[in-house]
Amino acid sequence: MRLNLLLSTVAALGIAATSLVQAQTPTQGLNGAVRQQTPAQPARTGEPIEVEIDQGVLRPFQIAVAPFSGQNGTSIAGVLSGNLRRSGFFEPINPASFIETGLTLANAPNFPQWTQIGAQAVLYGSVSPRPDGRNDFGFRLYDPYRQCQLVSYNFTATPEQWRRIAHKIADVVYARMTGETGIFDTRIIYVAESGTELNRLSRLAIVDQDGYNPVFLTDGSEIILTPRFSSNPDEITYMALGRDYSRIYLYNLTTGRRESLGEFDGQALAPRYSPDGTKVAFSIIRGGNTDVYVMNLRTRQLSRLTSDPGIDTSPSFSPDASRIVFNSDRTGTPRLYVMNADGSSQRPISRGGGSYTAPAWSPRGDLIAFTKSGGGQFGIGVMATDGSGERMLSRSYFEEGPSWAPNGRYLMFARQTRGGNTNLWMVDLSGRVIAQSGYQGRGSDPAWSPLLDEMPANLGVGQGADSCSS
Amino acid sequence: MMSASTISKLAIAGLITLSIAACAPRRPVEGATADTGAAANVPAYPGPGTGGIDGGTIGAGAPGSEQDFVVNVGDRIYFDLDSYSVSPEAYPRLDAQAQWLARYPQVAVRIEGNADERGTREYNLALGARRAESVRNYLIGRGVSAGRIDTISFGKERPIAAGASEDSWARNRNGHTAIVSGAQ
Repeated sequence: MRLNLLLSTVAALGIAATSLVQAQTPTQGLNGAVRQQTPAQPARTGEPIEVEIDQGVLRPFQIAVAPFSGQNGTSIAGVLSGNLRRSGFFEPINPASFIETGLTLANAPNFPQWTQIGAQAVLYGSVSPRPDGRNDFGFRLYDPYRQCQLVSYNFTATPEQWRRIAHKIADVVYARMTGETGIFDTRIIYVAESGTELNRLSRLAIVDQDGYNPVFLTDGSEIILTPRFSSNPDEITYMALGRDYSRIYLYNLTTGRRESLGEFDGQALAPRYSPDGTKVAFSIIRGGNTDVYVMNLRTRQLSRLTSDPGIDTSPSFSPDASRIVFNSDRTGTPRLYVMNADGSSQRPISRGGGSYTAPAWSPRGDLIAFTKSGGGQFGIGVMATDGSGERMLSRSYFEEGPSWAPNGRYLMFARQTRGGNTNLWMVDLSGRVIAQSGYQGRGSDPAWSPLLDEMPANLGVGQGADSCSS
Repeated sequence: MMSASTISKLAIAGLITLSIAACAPRRPVEGATADTGAAANVPAYPGPGTGGIDGGTIGAGAPGSEQDFVVNVGDRIYFDLDSYSVSPEAYPRLDAQAQWLARYPQVAVRIEGNADERGTREYNLALGARRAESVRNYLIGRGVSAGRIDTISFGKERPIAAGASEDSWARNRNGHTAIVSGAQ
């Protein structure tokens, strides 16, 4: 009960977002400062201004995240730094080396004092109370070399939402610097594990992307498998094994309402929502044979998509819902297949040896992630949707089940050490950033949520608050 | 009550199982799909049933009881790596299961298919289902009526042997015949 209340409270609280008024500058304001110094000091040669994701970055972007002024200001800066560092594209500078302190939103930074410590960007802000009891969380991001403002913004929310706001600010910064949608205002649903190998307790759980606010959603009386988000981050589907039954559930995180997908003539597994959340693709095992089906959640109409003697499972929709990738061992070793969403035109796409399972279609549509095993190892890789360009991003004793970040740039998966525990790991598409996820407890089967809110529409290059692009 | 001779038979069978397991050659870990012909790692037949991970009193049990089935017949058969066909080594135990079920026609069973941990979750569920179906079909072929046999796959979710070793994985690739109802 407490849990559901908690979740619904968060969901119900609106967060207002507005652009900071362009250069709310008193006489010594930032416009003046910028105009004065810009012509004299162009960007230093060789200093990357924006992070080039596609080409990979050898040296992460040096960013100074100053403590925000006001309530929880230092903690906000800490959350921001943690997020940006985990993304692999930023290296927050140790605050102990900052020369200028006490930055206020009303003023631009003293640029030379930031370039002196190698800061390629300076992020600072303030938390200030409003008459209605909420807080304004304002921030500015500067390029001290070009001496211009990259972005500024103000979120309005209750004081308790400071951590969530820090994630949103991190998303704005990430988007401004990389040109990609952010990944920080998201949650991970996963299977929390405890107990011993032979007496394992598994519970459905949810946690903020950075590992904070973990909440158990089930009590451990069922074994939980493969939770997945709908496009609406309040809706999930998962599989549960009891002592003598197996079921697919649909679960609303806000209301706590849980329903069975249905009773089937056979065991059902491997549920995944269609991109619009109106259907669930999954498998049913009948007479030992596993095939892929899809159910329309409104009409409850069930359609069979595959019907061969092989194991056909782990379906995953393309983001335009026109196709489905799945794995099948109809020719022997499990391979990846793509078919049209009505089951027509089934064709193998994976080309290599080893066994390919657990595919996941990228939200960008361009890649399919998978688990591949062979040679005594398991790994996470990606390939184009026609099977070309296969790349392994990670390999170890055991890992499985990649789930895409909403921007299609990172994968989270479960990795188990030999004879040891299972934890959540993430890797970026270059394979360069590979680390345990923000949540470092025991867990498996992670699924990354969509962004919890749409990003504010009026952010972006060339918009009002951005003076670097003009 | 358990007789002394039953106890010693159990003990001997247990020793045999243990010693065979201990002698099984250790091979490097293979990928889930590599067919290494893992027969050497298949737990020994015949032997006492494992009884799964459920607790219970030790003893032979009254004729027709669940304990009788588990201890005197054996409730689990084992599969080769990535295989779901019933191996000849398992025939005697499944034959004994079929005979026992013929003797106690009111008993209904559920065949639980299990896989080792060296595979991905969903694929292993499907593989476990194939194993359960193989056991079911075998028992039907030995005269047990289909209506008495339900199946479920637990994939790799319910291991009976801990540890990342060929021996443990061999034990975890099994079909478990669980009595659902009708035992005495």
